[in-house]
Amino acid sequence: MTKPIVVAFDGSDAGRRAVSLAADLAGSSGATLVVAHVLEWSPYSFLTQEELHERHKRRAQEVSRAEQALVRPVVDDLTARGLNATGEIRYGHVAETLVEIAQAHDAGQIVIGRLGAGGLSARLFGSVAGTLAQIAPVPVTIVP
Amino acid sequence: MKTKFMRAAFAAMAVLYAPMAMAQDAAPTVGDRINDIFAASTGWFVSLIFASLPGTNIPWIVGWLVIAALVFSLYFGFIQFRAFKHSIQLVKGDYSDPNDAGEVSHFQALATALSGTVGLGNIAGVAVAVGIGGAGATFWMILAGLLGMATKFTECTLGVKYRNEYADGSVSGGPMYYLDKGLKERGFGFGKIMAILFAVFCVLGSLGGGNMFQANQTHAAITGVTGAYPGWITGVLLAAVVFAVIVGGLKSIAQVTEKIVPFMGILYVVSALVIILMNLNHVAEAAREIFAGAFTGLGVAGGIAGALIQGFRRAAFSNEAGIGSAAIAHSAVRTKEPITEGFVSLLEPFIDTVVICTMTSLVIIITGQLITDPATGNYVLNEAGTAIATQGGTSGVGLTAAAFSSAFGWFNYVLAIAVVLFAFSTMISWSYYGLKAWTYLFGEGKGKELTFKLLFCFFIIVGAASTMGAVLDFSDAALFAMGVVNIVGLYLLMPVVKRELNSYLSRLKSGEIHKFK
Repeated sequence: MTKPIVVAFDGSDAGRRAVSLAADLAGSSGATLVVAHVLEWSPYSFLTQEELHERHKRRAQEVSRAEQALVRPVVDDLTARGLNATGEIRYGHVAETLVEIAQAHDAGQIVIGRLGAGGLSARLFGSVAGTLAQIAPVPVTIVP
Repeated sequence: MKTKFMRAAFAAMAVLYAPMAMAQDAAPTVGDRINDIFAASTGWFVSLIFASLPGTNIPWIVGWLVIAALVFSLYFGFIQFRAFKHSIQLVKGDYSDPNDAGEVSHFQALATALSGTVGLGNIAGVAVAVGIGGAGATFWMILAGLLGMATKFTECTLGVKYRNEYADGSVSGGPMYYLDKGLKERGFGFGKIMAILFAVFCVLGSLGGGNMFQANQTHAAITGVTGAYPGWITGVLLAAVVFAVIVGGLKSIAQVTEKIVPFMGILYVVSALVIILMNLNHVAEAAREIFAGAFTGLGVAGGIAGALIQGFRRAAFSNEAGIGSAAIAHSAVRTKEPITEGFVSLLEPFIDTVVICTMTSLVIIITGQLITDPATGNYVLNEAGTAIATQGGTSGVGLTAAAFSSAFGWFNYVLAIAVVLFAFSTMISWSYYGLKAWTYLFGEGKGKELTFKLLFCFFIIVGAASTMGAVLDFSDAALFAMGVVNIVGLYLLMPVVKRELNSYLSRLKSGEIHKFK
């Protein structure tokens, strides 16, 4: 059986192109799709008192917003096209968490859009797609 | 961090600008009249809290905090040393469930609590202690800091255990809740009364030590660099910024401060370390001074007792162990085991007092600010005989500034910025503690919360503008009154913490509680 494909989706146009490519791949190979959305999060960031005490509430809100506005419409759309798709929302360092999701699902590959973070910030911090290409244990397809 | 003592240090700085103040104070002002009325009606309370133990000049409240710390250290078998390594593993996230990512981590709870406690107590307070009690005060300060770790452990465990978690996912915790719910659970009927008493003192303490005093210090620190100008200008500016944050919801300012403050703290410690390394040949001599001073006093006013009192006072007032504020700050962490936050919180007095305060005093000692008599090795006292004579006659924050500037000339400016930021983050933290106590008393609701927030902003202007000693004294006393109520509760509830501790340690040993990475 073909291994699942993890597709990173952040709501951007590049993300949509990645989903569309992943859907084509899944359609021809019969692989299941995991639509992954990662919310950037570090347990070592600094928060104010108020943020601390409301964090649990905010997290629930953030997850449900991501679920309703981003992940579910895409999963529904893919399912309607006859594909086998699930959604996954996680917190963490984006590239590292995508790798963890891929490992958890024993995925065969990861598809991600080139997010267009160019110029100075990409030079300083590196792009998610670039980092992923370097650390992923499975093949990564970067969609322009 | 907020004491009568430090106010004295700042008052000394203010004397430089006295001519201006005198011109304003020629006729009795409204402020003076408020001050008189306040002094007459609350003086007894202030004297009660800061009264000395019979036959000594040790304020009993300091003894109360230090004895509590010693009792908790013994009762939990010096948990602060046994669990130190485990505490660091918890902060690193070794035991955090990856599925809880996005929730408040142990690190975040600790960092936020620290930014509320690290402040002028570490910079100016230590200078006051060493300036009066000599190098030996450092020894006693470290000892009190080490003992205070057990107090924090106790109060923060209870803060998480008895917090309220609401349906919408927000949490409220702190002494109000463990006094109320915890004492009821143990069959004491007076828990509710103690909780209300604590909340009242907490509101007053937040307006005083957590607000007016900070505003006052900020103004003093700014004028130290810019020269004198009226305090209300600083007050209005600060109040406007705090208003924007706590009423206007302009969170970005608080967020930026929360990010800068830790780096200011690190910069401070690194600068101190560099100065110590530059003077490596003086370190042995400094260590000798600290130990000899601790047990002989080296001629300071009050001798060995003088050194001991100064050290204990500064430690207790700097790390707030036993005051109960930390229990509010730490209660938001996401954990199934309340005791884990106790472990994490015990690092707070360690970082605040044992590391940062010690750095300040080492730099003051090593750079030779305190004048000694070469013949006897004892300190030379100033003319009044109240403090040790220093190079350039500085004291308080001025002494710290002189010590650091003797190595780096530009450090004055860094110090002024650090003071403003530390004071600001302390104010934001205390506005939150006060609000939590306020809503405990009056219930939640937009109108009620707004009332407190406006009150808080108003008192910033009052604090920066005035020298209303009596109002400030009362707020200070309220801050330590929190410690009286809180510690009575901690004594009654410490068996609950012991049960949690034993259960946790046995499950840790059996492997039921395990590392995730």
